[in-house]
Amino acid sequence: MTTLVKNAAGRLVPTQINGEKATPYLGVGKFRPEGRKAAPPIRACQDYPMDGNKVTADIKTALAKAGLRDGMTISTHHHLRNGDLVANAVFAAAAELGVKDLRWFPSASFPVHAPQIALMEQGVIHHIEGSMNGPLGDYCSTGKMRGMAVLRSHGGRWQAIQDGEVHIDIAVIAAPTADPFGNCTGDRGPTACGLLGFALADSMYADHVIAVTDNLVPFPCLPWQIQGNNVDQVVVMDSIGDASKIVSGTTEITRSPDRLLIAELTARFCDEVGIVRDGFSFQAGAGGTALSFAIYLRDMMRERKIKARFARGGSNQYLTDMLEEGLVDYILDGQTFDLEGVRSMRENPGHVNTSPFTSYNWHGKGNFASLVDVTVLGATEVDVNFNANVVTHSDGRLLHGIGGWQNCLFAKCTILPIPAFRDRIPVVVDEVTTLCGPGELIDVIVTERGIAINPLRTDLLQKVQGSSLPIVTIGELKEEVEGICGGAPEKPALGEKVVAAIKWVDGTVIDCVRAVG
Amino acid sequence: MTLRGEAGDRGPQVRSDCWIAVEVGEQGGIQIDLRSKVAGLYGERIETLLRDGCAALGVAHARLEVEDQGALPFVLAARLEAAVKRALPDCSDEFLLPMSPRCEYVSRRDRLRRSRLYLPGTQPKLFINAGLHEPDGVILDLEDAVAPAEKDAACVLVRNALRAVDFQGAERMVRINQGEMGLGDLAWVAEHNVHVVLIPKVEDPEQVVEVAECLEQLVPGREVFLMPIIESALGAWKAYEIASAHPSVVALAIGLEDYTADIGTQRTLEGTESFWARAQVLNGARAAGVQPIDTVFSDVTDMDGLRESVEEARSLGFVGKGCIHPRQIPVVHEALAPTAAEIEKAVRIVRAFDEAQAKGLGVVALGSKMIDAPVVKRALTTVDTAVLVGKLPADWRDKEAE
Repeated sequence: MTTLVKNAAGRLVPTQINGEKATPYLGVGKFRPEGRKAAPPIRACQDYPMDGNKVTADIKTALAKAGLRDGMTISTHHHLRNGDLVANAVFAAAAELGVKDLRWFPSASFPVHAPQIALMEQGVIHHIEGSMNGPLGDYCSTGKMRGMAVLRSHGGRWQAIQDGEVHIDIAVIAAPTADPFGNCTGDRGPTACGLLGFALADSMYADHVIAVTDNLVPFPCLPWQIQGNNVDQVVVMDSIGDASKIVSGTTEITRSPDRLLIAELTARFCDEVGIVRDGFSFQAGAGGTALSFAIYLRDMMRERKIKARFARGGSNQYLTDMLEEGLVDYILDGQTFDLEGVRSMRENPGHVNTSPFTSYNWHGKGNFASLVDVTVLGATEVDVNFNANVVTHSDGRLLHGIGGWQNCLFAKCTILPIPAFRDRIPVVVDEVTTLCGPGELIDVIVTERGIAINPLRTDLLQKVQGSSLPIVTIGELKEEVEGICGGAPEKPALGEKVVAAIKWVDGTVIDCVRAVG
Repeated sequence: MTLRGEAGDRGPQVRSDCWIAVEVGEQGGIQIDLRSKVAGLYGERIETLLRDGCAALGVAHARLEVEDQGALPFVLAARLEAAVKRALPDCSDEFLLPMSPRCEYVSRRDRLRRSRLYLPGTQPKLFINAGLHEPDGVILDLEDAVAPAEKDAACVLVRNALRAVDFQGAERMVRINQGEMGLGDLAWVAEHNVHVVLIPKVEDPEQVVEVAECLEQLVPGREVFLMPIIESALGAWKAYEIASAHPSVVALAIGLEDYTADIGTQRTLEGTESFWARAQVLNGARAAGVQPIDTVFSDVTDMDGLRESVEEARSLGFVGKGCIHPRQIPVVHEALAPTAAEIEKAVRIVRAFDEAQAKGLGVVALGSKMIDAPVVKRALTTVDTAVLVGKLPADWRDKEAE
């Protein structure tokens, strides 16, 4: 039975995760890590082919050569999103090799990875540490996974690798283009996805690194987003991914009038409080509302001849158009969502690829995310104390990974543009089902029914005085939502079993997820 | 013997709605088979509401099958009532949830009617946030947007929406059906604070009088405004008589899809074919002292086209436009508002007029130019409108002329 203690946010969390000691969340900025960073084993170049040809016949052979055995940790990455064919191939090969109890450490999983369920049933995979949704989310939510899931932010994943919390035995990196030496890039090739930042830490810290490509080019592969000097073996597959599910051909802007209204209010808010000014910076994600927000921002900037210094992406055509039009000096891109984004990254020196190291890592000497003037993020729930949930549905079922969400909360102004309720599901609630982001870091909630500003942000409250924006308190918003939905929702009936731990950016445990019925 | 009725919509694409099947029996009480995406959050309250509804509708024994995709209480109640009434056509009981205080505001004869947003009477998900887009009016449509087989269910739903949905100050309009059916529709909505009844395809002033008299019987002493819609050659011919048929008429609208079909042609972007009818409706409305309202613009993606169309309508003298998508509303409002240059000119004329009045002069002059009385009148209208739409502060007279 897992021992649970109350953490600084008042949440009951486990003190042990899969047999390892875990530190309960202490508060924002309260946990002080110490010691020295983890390091990969020392290697010598004489053990690698002098001609630079590290190509191995297939994945199974490569895993065997890497010394795969029971209980090891294998990492993969989600830059091929729902088109990824590599992770499934890796674990299918592991199953053929007859190993058991592996820990899968993906940067995120997608519905395409549903075949891993069978491998968990067979004992090949013990548990998953990474975001889960769709069929895997349901499998974990219903308590069927043997170990406890651990959900980390993109920055938290880097932190866990760097401080030794997660030791990766074998990293397998899907590479849209690679050379026999192991240099890899994601910005070209038939399965181009943009960049490979999610795999960067793994390439530097794993004991053994395998690059898998379907587009082997003669040395040198440029740009070397992943350096071959960190790569042990290169495997060529017929296809590493389904291009149509990696990036979309075009990004479509939302037609939902309510989302557009929320996006417009968000942009007006930013304007009213003085965020939109020459040299400012913003982050906007890929979701419909975030995308529309960027478009309202663009129109505002055009009209008033304002230039942003940089935008952090998720990039897509709308952002690259702004770059080409000269409305932003740089795109600092964390992942690319459409073909235009990939093309721009390949061709435009102002479109720069970044990684969780530059933007999010807790053990870094600073992070780009905290330099951003305004960031807009989604959430499934937010409570009257501005705490937000991004990983579970209101019924407690796992829905999303954390992604960069927690890391982005450190922006100078964090705004959640979200509907006040979805169908009959209140989004503004008394207490979030799962705590992912502490309220003290969440500044503004923009809904179709009004804008609530965190009382901690007296500066913002002052700036909107006398404005025509629909400013409300979060309590008023909650009351209105409950009035419409027919009262406060009942608490979901959850089981005792802890199925997943939610890590805060510093590696402490901020909350956990219980099994659902 | 069991009597069965069902109502609502089901399937994975359905949102904020539900499907309810009722089998009325003779014993066993109320059995509920509920499948709801919000079962964990509101399951108990949904069951309570369904039981209360059965009791209100006089159903003691029934099996209810419910597929719920997050329907709000007013929708669940409406679907239940429609299903019960399909099972028991003689049931005349109503299942009314309390009237929300947010539904009790009043309207005014001379309020702005620049935009009116059409909401199909069977699609509750479109009702819920309609008011947030700030249309001057919302139209809960029982007529063309509702299939013949769904007319009964739409009446229940629209009635419940009038009692539950906060339209945020928008004028609460209902478009009834034609003829006898339309008079039947009135019984569903009259008592629930409907502000304006839109009467479709009016060709005879008597149709307007019938509606007005029917309303007088249903809600004696309470004025419900009327907006007849002209949609045929005969209607256009009688525009003035229709507009002046009854003192409750506040506006006269034109609907061009049906009109162009009636005169045997097609609707074009330029609209040459309907120019006469629009001018006729406009003049009929103005002659009767009511607001002339233009047709809808039906391409929801073409915002530039919409803007041009509204500007053209405004230049003809129309003061309102129909909207079929919320994003059309701000464009309509912007295009119907006086331009900055118009406001500035009007302010100068009104100031000159005020000055002349103060000095007791009979003649108004602006610089070396004499200003005629109709010009002053138009300028006064322009500044009043500018104040109303927020493009000129109400206390502009107190501010120094620049």
